[in-house]
Amino acid sequence: MQTLIPHNADESRRMMQSLTNRAKPVDRRPMNFVDRLYLPAVLKGMSITFGHIFKKPPTIKYPEQTREFSPVFRGLHVLNRDEEGRERCTACGLCAVACPAEAITMEAAEREPGEENLYREEKYAARYEINMLRCIFCGLCEEACPKDAIYLSETFAPSNFARKGFIYGKKDLLIPNPVTQPEEYAKAKGKR
Amino acid sequence: MTLLAFDWIFLIEKLVLIVIIISVSLVIAMYETYAERKVAAWIQDRVGPDRAGPWGILQPLADGGKLFFKEEIIPNSSNKFLFVLGPCLAMLTAMMTCAVVPWSSKLELFGRSIDMQIADINIGILYVFGVVSMGVYGIMIGGWASNNKFSLMAALRGASQVISYELAMGLSLIALLMLTGSLSLKTIVEQQQAGLWNIAYQPLGFLLFFVCALAECNRAPFDLPEAESELNMGYHQEYSSMKLGFYLFSEYINMFISSAIMATLFFGGYDVPFLDESKLAVNVAAIVGLVALMLKIFFFIFLFMWVRWTLPRFRYDQLMRVGWKNMIPLALANMIITAAVVLLIKK
Ligand code: SF4
Ligand code: SF4
Repeated sequence: MQTLIPHNADESRRMMQSLTNRAKPVDRRPMNFVDRLYLPAVLKGMSITFGHIFKKPPTIKYPEQTREFSPVFRGLHVLNRDEEGRERCTACGLCAVACPAEAITMEAAEREPGEENLYREEKYAARYEINMLRCIFCGLCEEACPKDAIYLSETFAPSNFARKGFIYGKKDLLIPNPVTQPEEYAKAKGKR
Repeated sequence: MTLLAFDWIFLIEKLVLIVIIISVSLVIAMYETYAERKVAAWIQDRVGPDRAGPWGILQPLADGGKLFFKEEIIPNSSNKFLFVLGPCLAMLTAMMTCAVVPWSSKLELFGRSIDMQIADINIGILYVFGVVSMGVYGIMIGGWASNNKFSLMAALRGASQVISYELAMGLSLIALLMLTGSLSLKTIVEQQQAGLWNIAYQPLGFLLFFVCALAECNRAPFDLPEAESELNMGYHQEYSSMKLGFYLFSEYINMFISSAIMATLFFGGYDVPFLDESKLAVNVAAIVGLVALMLKIFFFIFLFMWVRWTLPRFRYDQLMRVGWKNMIPLALANMIITAAVVLLIKK
C-alpha cells in the first residue's frame, strides 16, 4: 500500500480521519461580550459539577469489598497436593528460574523414610517463599512446573501494613489436605 | 481607686468569648479541610477520605498529627526571622478579623446581657479591610524569606493580585455603605433584620465582592500565589511541618471569616428570613440567630469549594485584565448608580 504524505497543514487535516464519531472541532471564534463576562460559562460549569455530586462513585472499597474476578484470574499462588494429600512440589526450581520477577525462593530437602505420606517425590521443598511484592502474577511459574504443583488461584493478595507480611511461606501457600480437611481444600481449590 | 471601678466581669466575659470564637474558628477550619476533600471527591465521582473514623471524620486530626511530627526545615540561605514570621503573620491576620463579626444577637446569662461579638466598633468594615490587607504580608514575607525563585514569584503574584482585587472590593463595598450609612457590622445586620437583605439592593455589588473574596483568599480560580502546577506550591514551597500547617490553616480560616463577612454584609447576618426575632425569648433568638448565621456561612464555604473544583486557574494576564478592566469599571458603575438612586430617593 502506498503511504500518503501530507504536504501542508490543510492537506493533513483533510487526510486525517476522525477516530470516533464524538470528535468536535475546536471553536476558535474570538470571544464576544457575553463570553468575556465569563459568568454564563462559569454557571454552566458549576451546574455540571453540581450534578456530579449526586452520582454514585464507582469506587470498590478494597479491602472490605473486592471485585468479581473471572475464573482465569491470576491471583495468589497455591501449592498443590495430590489426591492422597501429599505435597507435589519436588523443589526442582524450574518455577524460580521461569519467574521474571525473581520472586520465588526455595530450599530443597530429602524425604526421609516414613515421610512418604507427606511428600510425593524423594525430594521436596523445605522452604518455599514467594515475595508477593515482587510477583507480577504472570503465571509463568504455573506453566513451568512439571509436577503441577503450583497454580494461581482466584484470590487477591490481601493488603498488609508491613513488607514482611507479603513474603508468603509454605504455611500460607500450601493448600489444605484433601483427605483430612476436604471442605477447606474444596474452598481453596476454587472453581478450577 | 480607678481599678475597682473597672468592670472585671466584662473583661472575663470578653476573654471567654475570644477563646470560644478562636477555638470554634480553628475547629471549623480543621473540618473545612475535611469538607474540601469530601466535596472534591464528590464532584470528581470519588469517595474521599473515609478511613480515619466513621466516614473519615477523624481525618483532620490525623492530618494535623502528621504535620506536627514532620521534620522542621529552615533553609540555610533564608532569612530565619522573616521565615518564621511569615506563617505567624498569616495566621494572626486570619484570626484577627473575627473580632468584629456579630455572631448573634444578645445572650442573657447570669443576669447579664452578653454581646455575641468581641468588639462592636463603629468602623467595623474598615477594620476588616485593614486586617485583610495585612494578610498579604504573610505571603510576601514568607515568599521572600524562602530565598527561592518560585516562592518569590508567587509572593509577587500574590501581592499584585491582592492589591488589584482589594480596589474592586472596596469600591463594591462603598456602594453598600451608601445604603446602610454605617460602618458598624452590627448596625448593618440590624438594618437588614428590619428591612430586606442587602443582596436585594446590591446584587452586582455582592457578585463583585464574592469574586474579590475568592481572590483575597487565594482560592481557585485565583490561586496564583500557590499554583501547584506551575510554581510548586508557590510561597510555601520551602515550608514544612507546622509552619506549612499555619499557612494552609490560615487559608481555611480566611475562607471561614470571609464567608461570615459576606453573610453579614449581604445576607442578613444572624437574621432568619420570615421570622420576627423580637417575638422570641432573648436567648432563643440568639441561638436561632447563631444557627442561621452558621448555615449561611457553611453555604458560602461550600460555594468556595464548589467554585474551586469547577474552574481552572486564570492565567496571570487574564487575572489582571479581569481585575482592572472588568471588575473595577463595574464596581465604579455600580457605585455611581447606587449613589444617584440614593440621592433621588432621599429627595
Ligand atoms: S506469577 Fe510470575 S512473577 Fe509471580 S511468582 Fe509466578 S512466575 Fe514469578
Ligand atoms: S513448584 Fe513446581 S516448578 Fe517449582 S520447584 Fe516445585 S515442582 Fe519445581
